[in-house]
Amino acid sequence: MNAEVNITSTRPQLPPGTVMSYHLQRQSAAGGDAESDLLEISMGPHHPSTHGVFRMDVVLDGERVVRLKPVFGYLHRNHEKLAEGMTYLSSMPFTDRLDYFCSMTNNWAYALAVERLAGLRPTERAEYIRVIVAELTRLLNHACLIGFLTHDMGTMGTPLMYAFREREKILDLFEELSGARMMCNYMRFGGVRVDLTPGWVAKAQKLVAEFPRFLDEFEKLLTTNEILLARSQGVGILPRTLAVNASVTGPMLRASGVNYDVRKVDRYGIYDRFDFRVPLGDHGDVYDRLMIRFLEMRESLKILHQALRDLPGGPVMDPKAKLRSFRPRPGEVYGRIEAPKGELGFYLIGDGSPNPYRYRVRPPSLVNLTVLEDMCLGHTVADVVIILGSVDIVLGEVDR
Amino acid sequence: MEKLSLRMVGAGLIRGLVETARNFTGSYCDPARLTTVQYPEESLPPVESARTFPFLVFDGDSQSGLRCVACKICEKECPPQCIYIVSERDEKGKVLKRPKVFDIDISVCMGCQICVEVCPFDAIRMDVKFELSVFDRFKPLLLHKEDLAKSNEYYHSIHPLEARETDLRLAAARAKQQSKTEGTKSSSSASSTTKAP
Repeated sequence: MNAEVNITSTRPQLPPGTVMSYHLQRQSAAGGDAESDLLEISMGPHHPSTHGVFRMDVVLDGERVVRLKPVFGYLHRNHEKLAEGMTYLSSMPFTDRLDYFCSMTNNWAYALAVERLAGLRPTERAEYIRVIVAELTRLLNHACLIGFLTHDMGTMGTPLMYAFREREKILDLFEELSGARMMCNYMRFGGVRVDLTPGWVAKAQKLVAEFPRFLDEFEKLLTTNEILLARSQGVGILPRTLAVNASVTGPMLRASGVNYDVRKVDRYGIYDRFDFRVPLGDHGDVYDRLMIRFLEMRESLKILHQALRDLPGGPVMDPKAKLRSFRPRPGEVYGRIEAPKGELGFYLIGDGSPNPYRYRVRPPSLVNLTVLEDMCLGHTVADVVIILGSVDIVLGEVDR
Repeated sequence: MEKLSLRMVGAGLIRGLVETARNFTGSYCDPARLTTVQYPEESLPPVESARTFPFLVFDGDSQSGLRCVACKICEKECPPQCIYIVSERDEKGKVLKRPKVFDIDISVCMGCQICVEVCPFDAIRMDVKFELSVFDRFKPLLLHKEDLAKSNEYYHSIHPLEARETDLRLAAARAKQQSKTEGTKSSSSASSTTKAP
């Protein structure tokens, strides 16, 4: 694995002795009032901070969390079993609805698994298009996550609106390409559905050229803000060993300092051709998880630069691929990619029929949520909100 | 990095506020920074590849000219299963190659375009109309064959590039078919003449 960025050296600190550092000291002080009664409250499912229909059974000692139990399943849609009853192609639009922010990467993970099963190879141009749309998806997901997280900290939507402004430009590109802004349903087994429209590459290049300006603005707005530092530094620490043991993946794992990126480890698609680094955190707190997203966006821009420059011509579909009466051979495959939220995998068992015998999704959001209690213990209710925000969940993917 | 270390509490806050102020005033100076349009009064230009719900393409007459042959491939492939097709039959009960009933429940349809992709006859295409709100939840959202039938000219007006490509492909297929039938005719007549003596 090649060089990584370490974000610790650039980490701004609050001066000691300020009101805000008092807040930090207070947080690190142990325990609450021993004589007070425990209070069990149910946060959610209709709580604005839970980013959907998610419930946490929180046991509080005063303001401090003693126990926390995540409860999910409110958005269960029977995705896996439904997919076993329909053709391989018919499940593709439903994968859009897993993580509805990143439909392109969901499509890719599913297409990758089925391609392995059917022995198809996407064409060169299709591979490049996939990388481009996946990295654009990463940009919009990370920008919005930072927006949501700071909204949870009380920025009243300003960074969120800035992020959505940029997201809109990316969604316009997706709309031109696939016909839909969010439910793209763009990738097919052996390639992508349609070729790029004329002028699309120029538009994407313009967006990539302008995006650093937004990132600079966003960083100026947030990274040295004292309130943000006080709220996020030292909050919700995820130790390295726990992160590895709980199979946490994605930016959350890397914020804890573990150098693991499926793009580097698996080199699926054509990621071995691009020069990019993997940002790593050190403390594993909310601040590192926030900053890692900024740095990943910069690395994504690097990949986008290279991919848009090298985009070859040619067809976008494997000539062997067919839409109707598609019957891959019997077998068992696992296809995984580095989705913006972590490792997204599809496990399929084919029995030679037009529909899969077994279909299983490994959603990054759900697995990353399992360490929520460990991160929240001893923190206040207000911190639980931002710790949950920093996990980056989408309930469509958690509950499936 | 030295640049990021804080000299004074509140400096970061002020830096952020300066950025907010720049954004606030920016839209007054630079029209490119205006990112929203006032929707019902003005709307963005439509995108060529836009899609909402499917419709049936016909050439000539709106019912007998439907390209659909009721092969039911779209009905089978539709992920939310919102298509319902019954083939037409003649008096003897023989199945004819046209639909008697073709219903799409657009309250169920998710606009995934898979019916369009799998159709071997280019009979079903995606519409771009999106202002479809109605007062009743059931009846007006269940579209029948009559509501779904739209002319090829309409298709040309909403997706010009795609429609032109489809027309060329259909014309090529028809020409091929014609030459093939002529070929078989001439070959069969030739064989009959050789057999005759």
